[in-house]
Order: sequence, then structure tokens, then C-alpha cells
Amino acid sequence: MLELRNRKVAERIVNQIKALHINLKIMHVCGTHQDTIVRYGLDHLLKTCGVEVIQGPGCPVCVTTPLEIQQAIALAENGVTIATFGDMVRVPAGDTSLEKVRAEGGDVRIVYSIDDARAIAETKEVVFLGVGFETTAPSTAVTVLDEPDNFSVLSFHRYIPPALDALLEMGEIKIDAILCPGHVSTIIGALPYVPLAEKYGIPHVIAGFEPLDVLMAVYMMAKQVQEGRHEVENEYVRCVNTEGNVKAQKVIGEVFEPADASWRGFPPIPQSKMAMRKKYAAYDAAEIYEDVLEGIEELPEPKGCRCGDVLRGVIYPQQCPLFGRVCTPSNPVGPCMVSIEGACNIEYRYKND
Amino acid sequence: MNTESKAFIVLGFLVHMCLAIPGQIAEIHGTKAVVDYGGITREADVSLVDVKKGDYVIVHAGFAIHVLNKKDAEETLKIFEEFFDHA
Repeated sequence: MLELRNRKVAERIVNQIKALHINLKIMHVCGTHQDTIVRYGLDHLLKTCGVEVIQGPGCPVCVTTPLEIQQAIALAENGVTIATFGDMVRVPAGDTSLEKVRAEGGDVRIVYSIDDARAIAETKEVVFLGVGFETTAPSTAVTVLDEPDNFSVLSFHRYIPPALDALLEMGEIKIDAILCPGHVSTIIGALPYVPLAEKYGIPHVIAGFEPLDVLMAVYMMAKQVQEGRHEVENEYVRCVNTEGNVKAQKVIGEVFEPADASWRGFPPIPQSKMAMRKKYAAYDAAEIYEDVLEGIEELPEPKGCRCGDVLRGVIYPQQCPLFGRVCTPSNPVGPCMVSIEGACNIEYRYKND
Repeated sequence: MNTESKAFIVLGFLVHMCLAIPGQIAEIHGTKAVVDYGGITREADVSLVDVKKGDYVIVHAGFAIHVLNKKDAEETLKIFEEFFDHA
């Protein structure tokens, strides 16, 4: 059996990348990829091969906007029970956060899956914060389709391909290839990347999460660049089919429709957010609590925080003046230091421990 | 780092990150299944996949999103074998 952490195999791949004599800047959009890359030191290893890797807007909690965080806080302050994944409660908005509202008596529950939120709904009205890309959205959709009582969703779910499109269109940094996310691709398949590869003339390679998956995907991209190709290739065949998980795509399409939306650090990205269809308004917290949510003015980013630049891949975490000094995982200023999938949190955890 | 922060990191890891380790379906009850990760079992929703007892699945945020099969695993090996043939 192939051992996906075998050092000898890794060395052979690295040597092959070196032999291609290329200079590449690769972007990926996945916290788990970043975790693998930093944990195993692939960032430094790849630099010796002329390959730079940077994380883009691939952390759902991080790309959630200050306004969205403020909306969740407003609901909690108005006595609404909020159920959410752990990272969200610590994202600061101004001088508050869901965690602080909870400390002041707000009912904010941390859940491990949407099913835990449903269990709360058995005894009281609950709003679930729908955070995540195509990987997580199907679980929200399945739950809504089951028409649970006392249950609604404030959807912050987003689509990855429009964000890649916006980022490449902006052209703020030179990107030579895209390392496509593993489990987002399990859901959406390989086809949504084809128009992007063609439009921008750069390789897109889907990769798994083991160190050898990432190295092999980088080799596949490097080879494409050297041969002047710009195709969509799939290294993660054991978990990604060309057509993706069609059942999951169907439930997403049934419950959600694309809407224009801001992402933290980005101008509005067309058709990038999963808004709940009118048909499911009874489960849409944005409709149910419209009176609480309307008229909230978005607070500016925390002073000095450069999460926006990190999310656009313009700077590495260490280039933010707050990184590791003012801003740490136990005292985070911005979401990229809060979230386990954030580039700053990952960098801090593996390089400062 | 205080204990609470560490707990958040551990919890966050379980919830948010993509868990790439496959689990095996031990029991199925309607849309719910018991998934076995080498002795540790967790409940997962299986309404997004077609599964039977014994299948290996990838679970994300409590939902099975992919069923692994032997052919797919062999395809992965093929990518590496082709690399070694040409490298």
C-alpha cells in the first residue's frame, strides 16, 4: 500500500519539481491544505523548488463579513438563541463578539453539527449560523428540507468558484496555478474549474490533504506550466469524481440560490453567496428577524488588522504588524487568527509552539 | 494559551476542518449511521450518499459526503505509479 507520508517518495517528487526549473506562485483556498502545508513544512520545502504557496479566501469563518458577525450578535442581544460552530463565537466585531454576548447572558450555543442545533430546537426557537462552503451547505440544506420546527438558518454559506473568479479577475497578485480544495470538490466535482482554467489560462489541480497529495498536485501543476498546458486535473481521485456528489448539489440548488455578496477583504463578488430561496422563507432567519437585522451599519475592520490582505493572498500572516505580537490565538484581533482554518492561526500554531 | 482556547481549537478541528480519514459504516438506521474510525464510533447522517454496512465514507460536519471504493483507491496508486514510471 502506498504510504501517503513516505519521506522517500516525497523526496523523489520534490527532486522532480526541482528538475523542472520553474518559478511558480500557487494559490489554494482551503484551511486543511494550509494545515498540511505548514504542519509538514511543505511551504519551506517548496520554496527550494521555486514554488511559493499562499492561502486565499479559503476559510469560511474568515471570509464572513463584519456585518454578518454583527447580525448574529444583534440576534443574540435580542434574546434569540444562536447555535454555531465554535470558531464563530470568538470573531470580534467592534468591541464585542458572540462570546462576549454569551458572557453577558446571551444564549449562544456551540454545536458540533447541525443535528445538535436541531436538538436544541426541540425545546426552544433556535437560529443556526450557516457557515461554510459547498462542503457544509448540503447538511444545512438537508436539514431545512426536513422542515424542522422552531428552527431557522442565517445563511453565510458561500460558493468557492465565484471567489476564485473574482480573485483572478482582480489580478492583484500574480497567480500561476490554483490548488483546488479537496472536499469542496468532492461536492462540486471538477467541472466548475474548467471555465476558470480556460478564462485565465492557468492550471487547476484538485488535491487531497496528505503531504504527498499536495506535493504530487504541485508537481502536476508545474509540469502543466512547463508544457504550456492549463487544464483541470484531479490528484484526489479517491474522493473526487468529475461530476461531484450530485445528490448534494441537488439539495444545495433546491434550498439556496446564488446572490451577490461581500467577502471580508473583497469587493462584492457576484453570485457568490447561498441565499435561501423564497420557498423556504419560513426557515430563513434573514426573513424571520428582518426587523432586528435591518439598518445595522457595518463596523470597520479592527484597527491595524490585515485579514483582508491575507485573504486576498497579498501578504503572508507574518507580514501583518499585529501577527504574534498583539494578535494571537488566545487574544485574536481578526478572524484569520481566530479560526482553525485561518492562515494566521495555522502559522502561529505550528511556528510558535 | 489558556485551556478554553485550546478546547476551542480541538472542537474547531473536529467541526470545521476537512477530516480526511475514512470511517467504516457499522450500522444504518434510516438516514443515520454509526461510523467506526478504528474503534471510535460517531453518528453520521447518510442522506447525501448511497451506502451499505461495511462501506468506507468521508464525513464532514456530521454528514457522509463520499463513499470510497477500491477503484478510486487504485486510481490514486496509478497517479503515483505513472509518476514513478516517467520520473
